[in-house]
Amino acid sequence: MAKSSIKLRAKVKNDVVEVKALIKHPMESGNRKDKKTGEAIPAHFITEVVCEHGGKTRLSASLSGGVSKNPYVSFKFKGGASGDPISMSWKDNKGKSDSVESKIK
Amino acid sequence: MQTNIKRRIFLKGSAASGVMGAAVTAGLLTPQALLAEWNEAAFKEKDVTAAIKGMTGSDSSEESDKIHIKAPDIAENGGVVPVSITSDIEGTTDILILAPNNPVPMVAAFALGEGAEAFARTNIKMGKTGDVVAVIKAGDKTFTAKKAVKVTIGGCGG
Repeated sequence: MAKSSIKLRAKVKNDVVEVKALIKHPMESGNRKDKKTGEAIPAHFITEVVCEHGGKTRLSASLSGGVSKNPYVSFKFKGGASGDPISMSWKDNKGKSDSVESKIK
Repeated sequence: MQTNIKRRIFLKGSAASGVMGAAVTAGLLTPQALLAEWNEAAFKEKDVTAAIKGMTGSDSSEESDKIHIKAPDIAENGGVVPVSITSDIEGTTDILILAPNNPVPMVAAFALGEGAEAFARTNIKMGKTGDVVAVIKAGDKTFTAKKAVKVTIGGCGG
C-alpha cells in the first residue's frame, strides 16, 4: 500500500502532545442491510488502535462498529518532544491491519 | 475470493488466541503490532451494566461530576456524533464511551498509556436519541457521567 490508511498528526503544546488521527475504514457494524438486496452487510470494523512513542504505548484503544465510518481518534500525552517519532497501528475484525509513522511537530 | 472464503471458515473454527497465532504465522502481523486482546464479550453485551462490568471488572460505579462529556445537544447526523471526554479524576486509566440505546452499547474503550492525559475524543454512531455514557476507571473504582444527545437521523441503519 503506497498510502497509509492513517493520517496521523501530533503536535506539542505546553509540554502536552496532542495526537489526532483519522483512519480510512468502512466501520460496518453488521447491523445494516443492503438496501437493494436486503441482505445484511457483514461487520467490518477496527477493533484496536495503538499509538506508540518512545518505546511506550501511549494509548491502546478498543473500538467497535459503533464508532463512525473513517474513525477519528484523538488523545493527549505528556513526555513527548518536537521531532520525536510516533507511530500508530490498527487491526480490524477481519484480521487486516495497517500502521504509520510520523513525527511530533 | 476463494482463499478469502476459506479463511473465513478457518477463522470461525478457531479460538480467539488461535486466530492471533495464525495471523502471526501468516505474517499478517509483525510481533510489534500485537495488541491487547479485544474484549469481544463486552463489545457484544447488550446490557449496559454488564458491558461495563465486562470491560472494567466492576459493576458498581459512582456518578461523578468530575467527568466532562462534550457532545452536541442535537446531532443532525447520528452517523457521526463527535464525543470528547475529559476526566479530572486522579489516576484515570481507562475511558469508556457507551451509547445505551445502540444495538451494542459499548462503543469504544481507551486504555491510557504512560503519560497520557485523561482525555479522549472520537466520533460515534447513535441509532436514536439517548444518552452518551462515559465511564472512567481509576484504580479499582469506576465513575460514570452521561449526557443526552438528541438524534434527528439515526446512524446505525436498519
